[in-house]
Amino acid sequence: MTTQLDLSLVPPLGDPRPHPVPAAEETTLPNGLRVVVVPRPGVPLIELRLRVPFAAPTERGAGVHTARASVLSGAVLLGTAAHDQNAIAELLQGHGAELSVSTDPDRLLFATTLLPGGLSPVLGMLAELLTGAAYPADPVEGERDRLVERIVIARSQPGVIARTALAARRYGSHPYAVQLPDPDVVAEVRPPALRRLHHERVVPSGSSLVLVGDLDPRAAVDAVAAALAGWTERGDAVEAPPVPAELHASEVSLVDRPGAVQSNIRLGGPAPTRTDPDLAALRLANMVFGGYFSSRYVENIRENRGYSYSPRSSVDHQAAGSSFLVEADVATEVTGPALLETQYELGRMALAPVTEAELDAARRYVLGSMALSIATHAGLASTLSALVGAGLPADWLYDHQRDLAGVTIDEVQEASRRYLAPSALTTVVVGDADRVAGQLEALGPVGVDGEK
Amino acid sequence: MTAGPDGGSPGSAVNVASVTTAGAELTLRHPVERFALDNGLRVVLAPDRSVPVVAVSVFYDVGMRNEPEGRTGFAHLFEHMMFQGSAHVPKMEHARLVQAAGGTFNGSTHQDYTNYFEALPSEALERALFLEADRMVAPAITEENLRNQIDVVKEEIRVNVLNRPYGAFPWLQLPQIAFESFANTHDGYGSFVDLESSTVDDATDFFSRYYAPGNAVLCIGGDLDVAETERLVQRWFGPVEARAVPPVPPTGEPLSTTARSGVVEDALATAPAVAIGWRVPDPVGDFDTYLGTVLLAELLSEGDASRLERRLVHGDRIAIAQSSYVGLFGDPFDVRDATLLTTQVHHPAAVAPETVLSTVHEEIARIAADGVGAEELRRVQARTEAQLLRQADSVLGRTLAFAAAELIHGRAELAGEIAARLAAVTPEQVQTAARALDPGTAAVLELRATGGRS
Repeated sequence: MTTQLDLSLVPPLGDPRPHPVPAAEETTLPNGLRVVVVPRPGVPLIELRLRVPFAAPTERGAGVHTARASVLSGAVLLGTAAHDQNAIAELLQGHGAELSVSTDPDRLLFATTLLPGGLSPVLGMLAELLTGAAYPADPVEGERDRLVERIVIARSQPGVIARTALAARRYGSHPYAVQLPDPDVVAEVRPPALRRLHHERVVPSGSSLVLVGDLDPRAAVDAVAAALAGWTERGDAVEAPPVPAELHASEVSLVDRPGAVQSNIRLGGPAPTRTDPDLAALRLANMVFGGYFSSRYVENIRENRGYSYSPRSSVDHQAAGSSFLVEADVATEVTGPALLETQYELGRMALAPVTEAELDAARRYVLGSMALSIATHAGLASTLSALVGAGLPADWLYDHQRDLAGVTIDEVQEASRRYLAPSALTTVVVGDADRVAGQLEALGPVGVDGEK
Repeated sequence: MTAGPDGGSPGSAVNVASVTTAGAELTLRHPVERFALDNGLRVVLAPDRSVPVVAVSVFYDVGMRNEPEGRTGFAHLFEHMMFQGSAHVPKMEHARLVQAAGGTFNGSTHQDYTNYFEALPSEALERALFLEADRMVAPAITEENLRNQIDVVKEEIRVNVLNRPYGAFPWLQLPQIAFESFANTHDGYGSFVDLESSTVDDATDFFSRYYAPGNAVLCIGGDLDVAETERLVQRWFGPVEARAVPPVPPTGEPLSTTARSGVVEDALATAPAVAIGWRVPDPVGDFDTYLGTVLLAELLSEGDASRLERRLVHGDRIAIAQSSYVGLFGDPFDVRDATLLTTQVHHPAAVAPETVLSTVHEEIARIAADGVGAEELRRVQARTEAQLLRQADSVLGRTLAFAAAELIHGRAELAGEIAARLAAVTPEQVQTAARALDPGTAAVLELRATGGRS
């Protein structure tokens, strides 16, 4: 295509209208639970997020903790003294709710949407689960056995294999190296261990509850206080230990997946945390490199070369450390060339300045997409829950937007030099070793692992 | 079937209850304005000024079911071609003009339509109209772009189907067993042979035939002024030349009178699975009966309180996971006839598929014989309403639902009425729907896992 864009044909942007600023009401209950309530116009629904810190206490115990936490997140819904599993599910369903309980290396999260009239009864059921989950032996056994099967299925997904391999390479013995629990360890989890874990760790201190949507803030806080006053288990929130300097190896780690028709390329390394002044510059560097469709990486390996469907990069925050991540799933026969282009584009970010147009586009996109993502009850609730859970105030968002507005080209290049340089990243490739090892060796040393 | 880097994948990840649209109260809050241009373009405006966000979508009345024989996957490949530049927009600039305005974009190919959409700060509305009009006039169909996008689509198919377990299950495999016609049975992602032999002439012909303004709906939702937007639509889309509009091809087919079954092997899978498909009433022509079927799917499978979750997963413990949904991609309100209610179950290798099948049939027979209680149905309706409202909370989600309702049902307003219509469904209607799920006319697909255990 040789068409040149004639900007005189493109309608100019009008004047932006400011987004309404949601007013968050924050309180801390006597039991230590932080409560954030935000009334919002929109559909007649409320979104609920309860976040409980749930990191592994020690590196050595991470495998067992992760296994127990995974079983607990399903088993907590299996019954209380007053209600069996069906009764719990029916009560929630009657108010349009269905509680999803999930874990990651940092936290346990209870989440649901609900019809506004159901706020008190749903909070009441939540309190009953927090203070009286029974972990009945027979249903727990069923839940545990299903979890083992699900983990085995998850481990057959190439994306999971790649993520697991990259985490293991980057984090070594740190708990973040454990992406999925070992099914053999899960199979050994018993109800008494779950009851103990629940008693010690599902505590209000350090936890946070976020409610967003069609609600009256005063009445909602009163309803929370009334429902959760009896949640008084004592205990200290456990956060993940600091991430040590990453075990960075210069060789590409190749995980053999015989017969694979595609290779999964993954690179990862540290990134600034949410409170690091470099974060805004790094986020914009990430966008210019591969954070959205209009990026160098997508233009290169998708739109020019057709190597990959959805190459991308991202910045991810965990409690004890943040990450810059690159992902591309590419045809087996172009695995080497695709990694070469990946390294080339990363190196170009690190060594040469971005253009003013690239920076402006990235900045407008980040600001616009942040506004879009918090323009629903669910999006705002999840965003606030992550911020409050990280110990940040709700207005961190506005400070961050101000930081993004002020980032310069020099700051983007400095952030790229530190965080995007290929030499700063760990590289993992999952693919058919017989067909891709030779290609990759042309670029540097390669270590081959069997599929885990 | 999405073109952008941030889209989800269809098929194996189908959500049970991704029912679109808005509750009854929203009918009032989101009045729908509608008009047509002289070139035949149908336009729907759904203003709501609560947040400064606007969504622009164009739905073309051509989907996977319209593909000619020998050109499987062409509707989706063509969707990719619509992002390769257009009359006045070079390659990559479509994305840049949307994203540098703070907006997001994508497109997706469905059974009966293909859509393109942007969600943007409202000050970028006219820019989005310019971009959509420019490619409605002339997408950049060149040999170089076509070869590039054939490569990209092949990688998409490898990611979503060939390189992972359960990639084609059941969405590409079950229709082959359940239906007879080419339209309903062929692989909508496309064979590599068909994709690779596609030519620029094929693409030009496809565009000329199906992408006429009279074959499209333009729907704009969110922060807009109706009179001003109508003026902008006239300005950018008015000059698009009218072309002949193809008739909507009939995709319905006679109900089967026999049970059919098939077996596939999945060398990447570690655990077996089974899917059952039943023909359901015409989603457009027999809408009231169809609503009973939609609620039946929710009652069967949505959540811990559902019939199949209780029985298969928690009671008999013969399943690892189960789901039921109406429509190939899980949206019951954006499809025409012929359509299935599908129940899919992942089960341990130690459980025979026959055990799973007979238990599912038994649960359905129980509803057919005994009906459902009013209280149970009321809970299901409350949950369904909450999910409909949740989707309608996003300007883009609402706009896409209005557009699909206009294209498929001829009435955008229907999107706002569905929650109320579902709330009025009676236990008798659900019982009637269950009686129609006859094991004697079901299509069954068994997936055998040959990937072994690691």
